[in-house]
Amino acid sequence: MYTQSFNVPDSPGGKPVPLAPSLEDPVLQAAFDARIDADGRIEPQDWMPEAYRKTLIRQISQHAHSEIVGMLPEGNWISRAPSLKRKAILIAKVQDEGGHGLYLYSAAETLGTSRDQMLEGLHSGRAKYSSIFNYPTLTWADVGVIGWLVDGAAIMNQIPLCRCSYGPYARAMVRVCKEESFHQRQGYEALLEMMTGTEEQKAMVQDAVNRWWWKCLAMFGPPDADSPNSAQGMRWGIKRVSNDELRQKFVDATVPQAKVLGVTLPDRDLKWNEERQHHDYGAIDWDEFWATVNGNGPCNKERLATRVKAHNEGQWVRDAALAHARKQQERKMKEAA
Amino acid sequence: MRAAIDYLLHLADNALVLGQRNAEWCGHGPILEEDIALSNVSLDLIGQARLLYQLVARLKGGNTSEDKLAYFRDAHQFRNYTLLELPHHGPLSGYAHSSMDYGTTIVRNFLYSALMALLWEALEKSADAELAAIAAKSLKEVRYHLRHSRDWLVRLGDGTDESHARAQAAVDHLFPYTAEFWADSPAEEAAIKAGVGVDLQTLKADWNAIVDAAFAEATLQRPTVAGYVPEGKLGRHSEHLGFLLAEMQSLARAHPNGNW
Ligand SMILES: [Fe+2]
Ligand SMILES: [Fe+2]
Repeated sequence: MYTQSFNVPDSPGGKPVPLAPSLEDPVLQAAFDARIDADGRIEPQDWMPEAYRKTLIRQISQHAHSEIVGMLPEGNWISRAPSLKRKAILIAKVQDEGGHGLYLYSAAETLGTSRDQMLEGLHSGRAKYSSIFNYPTLTWADVGVIGWLVDGAAIMNQIPLCRCSYGPYARAMVRVCKEESFHQRQGYEALLEMMTGTEEQKAMVQDAVNRWWWKCLAMFGPPDADSPNSAQGMRWGIKRVSNDELRQKFVDATVPQAKVLGVTLPDRDLKWNEERQHHDYGAIDWDEFWATVNGNGPCNKERLATRVKAHNEGQWVRDAALAHARKQQERKMKEAA
Repeated sequence: MRAAIDYLLHLADNALVLGQRNAEWCGHGPILEEDIALSNVSLDLIGQARLLYQLVARLKGGNTSEDKLAYFRDAHQFRNYTLLELPHHGPLSGYAHSSMDYGTTIVRNFLYSALMALLWEALEKSADAELAAIAAKSLKEVRYHLRHSRDWLVRLGDGTDESHARAQAAVDHLFPYTAEFWADSPAEEAAIKAGVGVDLQTLKADWNAIVDAAFAEATLQRPTVAGYVPEGKLGRHSEHLGFLLAEMQSLARAHPNGNW
């Protein structure tokens, strides 16, 4: 899952700042602009403005980090999954997210960065990842709700990215979106099943919805009025649909699903607006959102420290693989000599 | 029939317990590719366990189900090899904690996959057609598990000084637990007699050959095994299984009437 549909500068501070205008070769720039205007694809070997390259590297690597960090909140429930079927589904899902991370890192590498560099950015705390993963998964129902709402929000964000102007990213997104919609259906289906169960189970589902709903709305990023880079992203064909439009789409799609499920959404202002032909919804707590984005949410430190621990403790394994490959190479060369 | 059930439970519990252990790496692997590979192994094992439990449930009838068998039996009713329930680190008491060691994980997966590659192949000829079908499916999976763990065993053994030392320590720790493979159990004897099971003694020479060749390539020493023979398959386990099951079964048991 889970790009944030907006660009957060990697650090410090956090809030978006306008990009500097580009000072590039005007002929190449004109060809690039023409390709973008014609809705064509930019491929790795093509010339591109530095700011475009940098923006993409940042967005794709943030997206990749989100997939990897996103393995942790749900991974938290693998060992305790309440049935073998659900355990298998959850392992497969978390594994899918790892796969998404893998092909997103590869897509970013085509822009001239390396996985090691990107991981260094994550582990040093410089690079961001989707802030939704800085909240805890407290019960099994969180697993279902994450599938339904978080993967659901991610799909809304990512479907437009399948038409992103950068070819490798767009192609990665096509594959990712297919799997995300599978995750969403599985999450929703798991909740439907729980809602046929005991009162405790139903309460568990409602509680999880209450805790995740507002966080999911915030996943679409700040209101359009406060998103200075959106216009540039749109111009470049990286961003196709605005934060508020995506959020509205998500709300409109989710309300009837909640009704079928038999849960309420925790927003007293949520109601159908006949005039707009959309649902109105209440105010999002952006202070809480930015506090979490900037490192002060409930699980930021735990998530990052867990990634760093896995990486550090795996160093000897990676070293061994390299050393062995080198030895093999040397033996081959000796044999050939 | 009873013989087949206990034998099937032994095979199923092996797969579930090791699947549960390997899934502990999900999100914590030494490299992303290994996270994914171990999740795959874990998924295969849990899939095997489910098929075997479903078969047991059909044989037992009544309201037995795969989840009743997995979640509502206690440690002494589990019939897995003790090797498979051990945590991913060196020898420590049940309630001691330590970081996971990939060497331990790889060595265990190798020792077990080497056995199961032979056993599933032999079980393709089981008199029980359903077990034979599960064996055919599992054989394909375990061949991948064996290749994966063997490749890493060689990399770790013949890698750096540190990885060699870690791999050798894991071998020294785990190898004695393989003595249980060759010990008799009533469930296996009965299953062999019924033509359902396979006599592991007939696979021992091949297993030794697989292990010795891999150890040689990995420059690892095979330890001599003497003394204690684990009895997990008889239901007498290490201190570790209780903790594994307490965690695995907690939610299902907290809501015994739940729908999942
Ligand atoms: Fe994903
Ligand atoms: Fe997903």
